[in-house]
Amino acid sequence: MTSLAIETHDLTKSYGSTRALDGLSLRVETGQVAGFLGPNGAGKSTTIRILLGMLRADSGTARVLGLDPWSDAVTIHRRIAYVAGDTSLWPNLTGGEVIDLLIRTRGGKPRSRRRAELLERFELDPTKRVRTYSKGNRQKVALVAALASDAELFLLDEPTSGLDPLMEAVFTEEVRALRNQGRTVLLSSHILAEVEKLCDTVTIIRAGKDVESGTLSQLRHLTRSTVTASLRNPAVVSGAPGVHDLTVENGHVRFDVDNTEIASVLRLLADAGVENLTVAPPSLEELFLRHYGDQVREEVTTR
Amino acid sequence: MTASTMAPAERGARSRPGTAEPWAGTLALLRLYLRLDRVRIPVWTAAVGLLVAGSVASMEEIYSTPESLQARAALMANPSAVMMTGPAFGLDNYTFGAMVANELSLYLLLAAAIMSILLVVRHTRADEEAGRLEILRALPVGRFAPATAAALTVTLANLLVGAALVVALVGTGMEAASSLAMGVGTALTGLVFGAVAVVTAQLTEHSRAATGMALATLGTAFLVRAVGDVIDNQGSWLSWFSPLAWAQQTRMYVDLRWWPLALSAMTVVVLLAVAVALSQRRDLGAGLRKGRPGPAEATRTLLSPVGLARRLLRGAFLGWALGTFAFALACGSMATSLEDAVVEIPELGEWIAVDLDDLTSSFAASMLSFVAVALLAFAVSAVLRLRTEEEAGRVEAVLVTGSSRLGFLGGWLGCVAVQTLLMAVLTGLGLGLGMWAVTGDVAWAGRLATGALAYLPATYLVAAVAVALYGSAPRWATVTWLPVIWVAFTLFLGTLLDLPSWAMDLSPFTHTPLVPSADVEAAPLLAMAGLALLLTVVGFVTYRRRDIVPG
Repeated sequence: MTSLAIETHDLTKSYGSTRALDGLSLRVETGQVAGFLGPNGAGKSTTIRILLGMLRADSGTARVLGLDPWSDAVTIHRRIAYVAGDTSLWPNLTGGEVIDLLIRTRGGKPRSRRRAELLERFELDPTKRVRTYSKGNRQKVALVAALASDAELFLLDEPTSGLDPLMEAVFTEEVRALRNQGRTVLLSSHILAEVEKLCDTVTIIRAGKDVESGTLSQLRHLTRSTVTASLRNPAVVSGAPGVHDLTVENGHVRFDVDNTEIASVLRLLADAGVENLTVAPPSLEELFLRHYGDQVREEVTTR
Repeated sequence: MTASTMAPAERGARSRPGTAEPWAGTLALLRLYLRLDRVRIPVWTAAVGLLVAGSVASMEEIYSTPESLQARAALMANPSAVMMTGPAFGLDNYTFGAMVANELSLYLLLAAAIMSILLVVRHTRADEEAGRLEILRALPVGRFAPATAAALTVTLANLLVGAALVVALVGTGMEAASSLAMGVGTALTGLVFGAVAVVTAQLTEHSRAATGMALATLGTAFLVRAVGDVIDNQGSWLSWFSPLAWAQQTRMYVDLRWWPLALSAMTVVVLLAVAVALSQRRDLGAGLRKGRPGPAEATRTLLSPVGLARRLLRGAFLGWALGTFAFALACGSMATSLEDAVVEIPELGEWIAVDLDDLTSSFAASMLSFVAVALLAFAVSAVLRLRTEEEAGRVEAVLVTGSSRLGFLGGWLGCVAVQTLLMAVLTGLGLGLGMWAVTGDVAWAGRLATGALAYLPATYLVAAVAVALYGSAPRWATVTWLPVIWVAFTLFLGTLLDLPSWAMDLSPFTHTPLVPSADVEAAPLLAMAGLALLLTVVGFVTYRRRDIVPG
């Protein structure tokens, strides 16, 4: 499939007795902004390092731009840009020097108009030495160097850590611009709002395994909506198919409902004399909690 | 994936798995490393060149007559002299060149080796540990490119140091071929230890440990060469196990032969091959030795400034203390050769001492002063570790938990002071036990264990300089290494170069009585201790007032 920028199948990777990846599969189509969502330690960075050819998977296959990330690392790196979540740079060089170094080693032209534009947008002073930069400013150095490149694929590993909200907004715009130019982006994050705002598709990773993936609307479809209502006869709802976590208080009910059962539940509510009704669509947050909340974990494993 | 997704050029670039363009980007990285070292390498080069030119010029003045040279040659029969210099060739007809080779080569080899170890770790494991290597490797940079660029940087540094050496020697009128051998030998020995550091950088996850392991290898090589040459002062079978011996075995200025240098060159190749093999068996960022999990909860003792300092300094202390103990033990066990030396070379008795007891005692005294340099190095590095902690922002983290600044600094320094004291006793004990083993006189152990305490005031004084600088001008704190180097320089080469007395007096070791052969004089020791206290107070006062600056 030529339209896949990234394709991994059943990747595993262990560090000693710790299993960092446990059968991870990930597909990112060319031209898409793909979210890679998971809590700390889920294996996001390990996956990205395998995609960069820095780690070798114990088993499974990985393809980046149709090439093998381990044996074709250099070829792949000419066509991608990478930003790490915790960028460590050379303390004695200035930010500008580091940006030029990173751009030129990729084979690009430094001091382009694009570089100046990005420096201005991210409000970064390139004459300061890296040792004097805060974490956010170091992150900006890496972002400017990556965004100034003409890479086809951007691997961004929690790139906004340390950025303030204004800079996050600039980052969001830049990523949208990349998508409009047809570039592919893999954005790893544990910030749901960021992924919800930017990404076409999402893969949720947990304990080294992809537990859910698809477009945002597909994922929402899989989940539950939250219903609050005032009923004359609240008892009818309990025990109805697809209803979970029901609470009843003075005729006010609140419950979650499987999206597949919404129609039948609404009928039920109408019959029960509904007076007041809100149905909230699931946020990614709930999606996320479902996969990480203790209670839901059992459901996932027994399903 | 099908072949159609690959451009023809890419297909051509593919070969065996994991080997496509492994050296891509090496030149770009070399440029980066040279940019990062643009001060460091010239400083090492200039320092070596100037020191050699200056030393040779001053020796020419002191040893202008054959008699003075011959007197110097007689001194080489003393095992401690052979130990601290090198194999003694051409003693019967001691030439000026033979003496220069003898007296200077070991220190040049050590300087090149230390420079190489520091440079290699800086550009390999330190970058990898900090995550900078990951940034580089995400660029179109081959798998072997960073290590190769680091190796090229070190090679260039060694070539420059070797060239500076040759220019300095030839410039002061030394014979060209032998001078070239000394330059090439120094550069190759530097590379051998650079290659050792490339290997140790594969073994451990931490740059500090990689440096420590490589320096420990250098220390072992030093010891093996020393013991080997004491067994036979032109080098015994044991000497040949030390890379330091190979460069000296070229017999520069006496009977030049080049082939021992082939051993150095081959060792570099073998070590680099080992490093490549090791690097393919590990992940980026990992060492071959897997980190073990530690305790989940802090013990009570950790939760105080002293406890924290003790824990953070534990590795360094154990490494230094045990290493120095072993070194002192080996030094002490060489006392046996003294008797043979006096029997074989009667002139020796005329030259230094009257009877064997005095000779053994003065041997013990000079050995003790040599190993005491390790105390100095440990104490200063332990104080300067504060600077590293502060730069990393960790001092800040401790201070905001409610630790007072003075309490934190006091706890740290108290820990350093006690550890230095323990190390002094252990070092003296090691030397004494070594001498006991060969002389059968157990009293040496006690005498030297207590005698080593005489070096504490001098050690504390230099460490207090570090404290004062850390308090008042933290960016300059590393300058404290200059007095440490000065102490070593005056101790090892001061009398040879006939340094003026003011220059010798600058070293606190000059004011330390040569125990056990000399009587302990309290006045200079008390004066140094008082000065140390004063400087420490300066450090405390200025530390309380200044900014805490991470980075």
